[in-house]
Amino acid sequence: MSIFGKGFTALATAVVLAGGTVAQAEGTLRIGMTAADIPLTTGQTDQGGEGMRFMGYTVYDSLIEWDLTSADKASTLIPGLATEWSVGEDELTWTFKLRDGVTFHDGSPLTAEVVVWNLDKLLDDTSEQYDSRQAAQGKSRIPAVASYEVVDDLTLTITTNEPDATLPYQLAWIVMSSKANWEAMDKDWEKVAMSPSGTGPWKLTEFVPRERAVLVPFEDYWDESRIPQLDEMILIPLPEPNARAAALMSGQVDWIEAPAPDTIPAMEANGFKISSNAYPHNWTWHLSRVEGSPWNDIKVRKAANMAIDRESMMPLLGGLMIPAKGFLPPSSNWFGEPEFDPSYDLEAARALMEEAGYGPDNHLEVKALISPSGSGQMLPLPMNEFVQQSLAEAWIDVEFSVVEWNQMINLWRAGAEDEAVDGAQSINFTYFIQDPFTGLIRHLDCDLIAPNGTNWGHYCDPEMQALFEKIKTTFDPEEQEAVLQETHEKYVNDALFLFVTHDVAPRALSPKVEGFVQAQNWYQNFSSITMAD
Amino acid sequence: MLTYLIRRLILVLPVAFGVSVICFLLVQIAPGDPLTAIMPVDATAEEQDAMRAAYGLDKPLPIQYAIWIGNLVQGDMGKSIATGRPVAGEVFGAVQNSLLLAVSAAVIAFPIGTALGFLAGYFRDTLVDRGVTAISIAGVSVPNYWLGIVLVIIFSVNLGWLPSMGAGPGGSSEWQWNWEHMRHLVLPAVTLAVVPIGIVARTVRALAGDILSQDFVDALYAKGMSRVDVLRHVARNAAATALSVMGLQLGYLLGGSILIETVFNWPGSGFLLSNAIFQRDLPLLQGTILVLALFFVAMNLIVDVAQAAIDPRIQRT
Repeated sequence: MSIFGKGFTALATAVVLAGGTVAQAEGTLRIGMTAADIPLTTGQTDQGGEGMRFMGYTVYDSLIEWDLTSADKASTLIPGLATEWSVGEDELTWTFKLRDGVTFHDGSPLTAEVVVWNLDKLLDDTSEQYDSRQAAQGKSRIPAVASYEVVDDLTLTITTNEPDATLPYQLAWIVMSSKANWEAMDKDWEKVAMSPSGTGPWKLTEFVPRERAVLVPFEDYWDESRIPQLDEMILIPLPEPNARAAALMSGQVDWIEAPAPDTIPAMEANGFKISSNAYPHNWTWHLSRVEGSPWNDIKVRKAANMAIDRESMMPLLGGLMIPAKGFLPPSSNWFGEPEFDPSYDLEAARALMEEAGYGPDNHLEVKALISPSGSGQMLPLPMNEFVQQSLAEAWIDVEFSVVEWNQMINLWRAGAEDEAVDGAQSINFTYFIQDPFTGLIRHLDCDLIAPNGTNWGHYCDPEMQALFEKIKTTFDPEEQEAVLQETHEKYVNDALFLFVTHDVAPRALSPKVEGFVQAQNWYQNFSSITMAD
Repeated sequence: MLTYLIRRLILVLPVAFGVSVICFLLVQIAPGDPLTAIMPVDATAEEQDAMRAAYGLDKPLPIQYAIWIGNLVQGDMGKSIATGRPVAGEVFGAVQNSLLLAVSAAVIAFPIGTALGFLAGYFRDTLVDRGVTAISIAGVSVPNYWLGIVLVIIFSVNLGWLPSMGAGPGGSSEWQWNWEHMRHLVLPAVTLAVVPIGIVARTVRALAGDILSQDFVDALYAKGMSRVDVLRHVARNAAATALSVMGLQLGYLLGGSILIETVFNWPGSGFLLSNAIFQRDLPLLQGTILVLALFFVAMNLIVDVAQAAIDPRIQRT
C-alpha cells in the first residue's frame, strides 16, 4: 500500500464530503481524467480511448456508433449519423443513408457533402481542410477506405480497396466536425479548437488547455433520449493518481477515472461508489514466435498459462480485474467456446513442461519486456512480479527488461526480431480490443508483422490468416460473429498469448452521482447522469 | 558599476548559447519517440515517417538545431508536438504560474529562514541553536512531495479547509487575488517553502555566527554601540552571501517544483515539463528547459549585481 493509501486508511475516517469546497451549481459533474491535457477538441481526438470517451462521443457523433445503454451485455454497433448502410454486389461499394434533420452546434445541417468533407480532412492532404493532427489520429483507423462520394444530400458511398466487412467498425472511430464552423473560424483549426462544433449531445463552452473544459447540453440533439440531464460537465486533467484521489475525497471533483487500488477501501468506507465493468481490454504477454523462441512450443505456452493463479492476483488489484480465460473477456460476443482452459493447474503445467523437456533441474530461461507504468498497463510491476513467481513454479525463470512506457511503445512497434528488444521473447503490452481489427486481426496477421504492423511476435499461420480473410469477407453480421468466435477459439486453443487478466475500468464516484450505467465499452454515455442534492 | 554590469551581461551570452546547445542535445539523448504521443499506437511505419517528416524530425541533428535556434532568435519557439499549440504560449503561461508559486514560497521561506538562522547564530551552541538546526535539517531532509501528500490528507481530505489541487475555481487563466483563488496556493507554497527555510536558516546561522565572532564586532561593542546597531552591521555583512543563496533558491523553486506541481496539479512549468518528458514532446521540452535555464542565468545576474551594489568590493573582482 502506498503512503497515500495508508494515509487515507488511517486518517480519512471522518471525511466531510463537501467540507471546505466551493459550492457547485446543481447538476454540475466534475470529472478528474487520467489524461495530462484536455483531449484534442477539433474532432478526431488524441489521448486514446479516454480522449474519445470525453471529447469524441460527447461533442461529436460518428456515422455508426457503439450502443452504450447497457451494462449487462457487450456493446454492439448501432446507427449513429447514418440510419442504414449496405454493401453492393461488388463487395466494395458501401452506401450510407444519413439521418435527416441533424444539425451541428452552430446550426448548420449535416449532409453527405459534410461527411465527405470530413473524410477529406483526414485522408486528402491536398484538401484545404486537411488537418495533420486529426489525420494522425484518424487515418490509421480507416485503412479500408479507398474513395468516397456524395450521391445526394443524405446519401453517400464509400468504396473500400478490397472487400472488408469490418468497415462499419472502422467508421465508428470517425467523428464529424462542422464545415460551417471551420469556415466561420477563418478555416483555422487552431481557432476551431477553442470553439468547436459537432453534432454530439454536449457542446464545449470553455476550454483552458491542460486545466479544464466545460461541456453543456446541446438541447437540439437529434436523439432526445441522449440529451444530457446535467447542467454542466467539467473535465479536469489529473494524471497523478494520488492527486485524483485527494481531489475526489476533498470534494473538488465528483468522479475520478482509474482510482489507485489501495485508495479504494478508504473511498468505499467514506461512501464513495466504485463503478466497474468488463470491457474490451486485456493484459497479456505478447509472445515472440521468431525462430528459436521457446514460446514456439505449444506445450510451453499452455504450461505457462496454466501456471498462473489468477484468482490469487485479484487482491493485488483490490479485486478489480477479471481473470483471463482467453484473449477477449469472457463476456465478449466473440469469445466462442474454446477447448483449452488456461485456468490454474500447476500439476498439469508441470506435466506439460516435462513433456517439453524441462524440469526441476532443467529450467527454461526467458526474457520479458515490461514497463513500470503506462496507459492501460494497470499495476505492471507487481503484476509482472506475480507472473514471474507463478512461472517459476512451473520451472520457467523470467528475466525482466524494464523500459519506460514511451520507449516500450517503440519496441512494440519494432517487433520481436528488432535488435532494440535485446533478445526479449515477450512483451507485456495491454490492448484496446474493441473491434475485429484491434481485437484480433492486427496482432497475428501475416501482413502486419512488425515493423509493417503490430504483429509483434512475427506469428504467421495460414489457418489463422484464412480466418482473418473470412472475417473481412463475411458481410452478414451474425455469420461474421461466428467467424470471430472461431478465430478467438483458435487464439485460445493454441495458447497464442500468455492470458493474464482484463481490466474493469474502475472509476470512483461521489455518492451524489446518479444514473450512470457503465457500458462494456471504452466509451460511456454521460447523458443519463444527474447529481443528487 | 556600469562597467561591471556590461561585463556581466557580455558573459551571459556564451552561457545562454551553451544552455541552448545542452537543452537541445539533452532531450535527444533520451530513448523514445515524440510521435508516440500524437499517433495511435498502431499507426503504420509509413504514416509515422510522413509525420516525422512533417515535424522535421527526419533531418540531421545539426540541421534541426540550426532551424530551432534560427526560429528562436526570431522569437518563435515552435509548436508542441503533442498539442499543436505554440510552445511560447505554453511555456510562458506555465512559468507565470510557477513564478507565482515560487515567489509565494519565497515570501514564506526567506523571512522565516533568515529569522531562524539569525536567532541560531546569535544564540550559538544554546538550546535555541540546536532547535533551529533540527528544524533546518528536517526541512532540507524531508521529501517535500511526501510532505505535500501528508498536508493534503490532513488539510484537504480530513479537515476540508483547503483545496488539494488546481489553481482556482476557473483555472489559472482566471486567477484573482482573492481568498477563493489564494487558498489554492497555500498548501503547495507551504510545502515548497520547507526546503529553502532549512537552507536559508543554515546559511544565515553560519554567517551570523561567523561574523559575530570577528574582532570588529567586539570593537563595535567597545565603542559603546547598542546591540541593535551591532546586529545591523552583522546583517549588512551577511547580506551579500545570504542574498546569493536566496537568489539561487528562487531559481530552484521555479525549476525544481516538478514533484510539488504534480502532487498539487498546479499548472506550472514543472507540471508542463513532467508531461513533456513523458510525451517526448521535444519542442516543448527544449523550450521549457531553455526558459528555466535562462531564468536561472538571469537570477544569477541579478544576484551578482545586487551583491555588487551591497558590497562595492565585489565590483573589483
